[in-house]
Amino acid sequence: MNKVVSPDQLKPLFKDGMTLMVGGFLGCGTPHKIIDILIELNIKNLTIIANDTSFADKGLGRLVVNGQVKKVITSHIGTNSETGRLMNEGKLEVQLVPQGTLIERIRSGGAGLGGVLTPTGVGTIVEEGKQKLTIEGKEYLLELPLRADIAIIKGSISDEFGNTFYRGTTKNYNPIIATAADVVIVEAEQLVKIGELDADHVMTPGVFIDYILGGIE
Amino acid sequence: MDSKIAKQIIAKRVAKELKDGQLVNLGIGLPTMVSNYVPEGMMVTFHSENGMVGMGGAPEQGEENEDVTNAGAQFTTILPGGAYFDSAMSFILIRGGHVDVTVLGALEVDQEGNLANWIVPGKMVPGMGGAMDLVTGAKKVIVAMMHTGKGEPKILKKCKLPLTAKGKVNLIVTELCVIEVTKEGLVLKEIHKDTTIDEVKSHTGAELIISKQLKTMDI
Repeated sequence: MNKVVSPDQLKPLFKDGMTLMVGGFLGCGTPHKIIDILIELNIKNLTIIANDTSFADKGLGRLVVNGQVKKVITSHIGTNSETGRLMNEGKLEVQLVPQGTLIERIRSGGAGLGGVLTPTGVGTIVEEGKQKLTIEGKEYLLELPLRADIAIIKGSISDEFGNTFYRGTTKNYNPIIATAADVVIVEAEQLVKIGELDADHVMTPGVFIDYILGGIE
Repeated sequence: MDSKIAKQIIAKRVAKELKDGQLVNLGIGLPTMVSNYVPEGMMVTFHSENGMVGMGGAPEQGEENEDVTNAGAQFTTILPGGAYFDSAMSFILIRGGHVDVTVLGALEVDQEGNLANWIVPGKMVPGMGGAMDLVTGAKKVIVAMMHTGKGEPKILKKCKLPLTAKGKVNLIVTELCVIEVTKEGLVLKEIHKDTTIDEVKSHTGAELIISKQLKTMDI
């Protein structure tokens, strides 16, 4: 089993119309080299699940600007004016989800749960069309799980089995989306041999990882 | 009043609400200024929803670390004793009631403690980000904002814009006054030394109950 691949070996995995989860918070902790590959392939009609649509010139914001995205499920689009413009022109579907709800929907998708009950959004337009349950006198919304065809994540250090460590605030969505997609690709800033990453420092166990794009410092 | 001075007044007054040992989340913009006025000797831990507690100030030029950013995508620092974590943990802290105080801006806030700060339909749709979770989960919600927007009241009987959360606001701090949200309605607790009750009322779109212990704003 060899998970370490070149950019060319990754290319056949990506297809038009796929649902992708992308790690990162306003571009911090985003796998930028994999975004480059997606731009080069110019695959279309993507559904993107991510915290935000970043900036027009950074991270997954570039996919939006390049017209490759059909739908985004996200918590924030305010830093990328192109997302709003395409949405207003009816060219991009935007589903806004509270940030804490979005991460829990992904977590439940990866954890084999049927969804989560959250008080966030009760009494707002977020509750429209959702099942409301009262548990011990308090109202909750039933929020359904999310999964993707492919999750692309950014690791600070990965070993050749895919065990991954994330530095600083690059963690954000990465460890969670790594659990919720059929195929998971890590872009490793630093790639090390198996055994060189202390098992106590592993944040995403390598068993979640299918492919590693490594040594791209 | 000059808006820079007004914002300083608001930030200074909000800082007085913080207590030693609290975990606090400050929104982007004016609320962030609160961190400049934490009283000496008081230990307040700042939470950033992109994944850290113990957030420090901006780094020195040349010391920026691209792996350490705040929720507004600016470079930041972490203080000794701080910790990084993923977004699930970040919102466990927020939604689970572990954040003592959240300070946010508002487009509108009303006398039932409803807050609107994430969308102006058809005009501005940035998204709610973490605001809905923060307002829902934090133990205390402080709205820190200029008293009016383009001369129009932002404190209303009933919010007109889509809500961020229902009935969650506890305190409103503006450059003119401090208002507590109670079951009986909005209680005017403090006013700035350069204003009057009548002036505050004229800029407010809701009924104000004047506190019997009305004070000059402590800044």
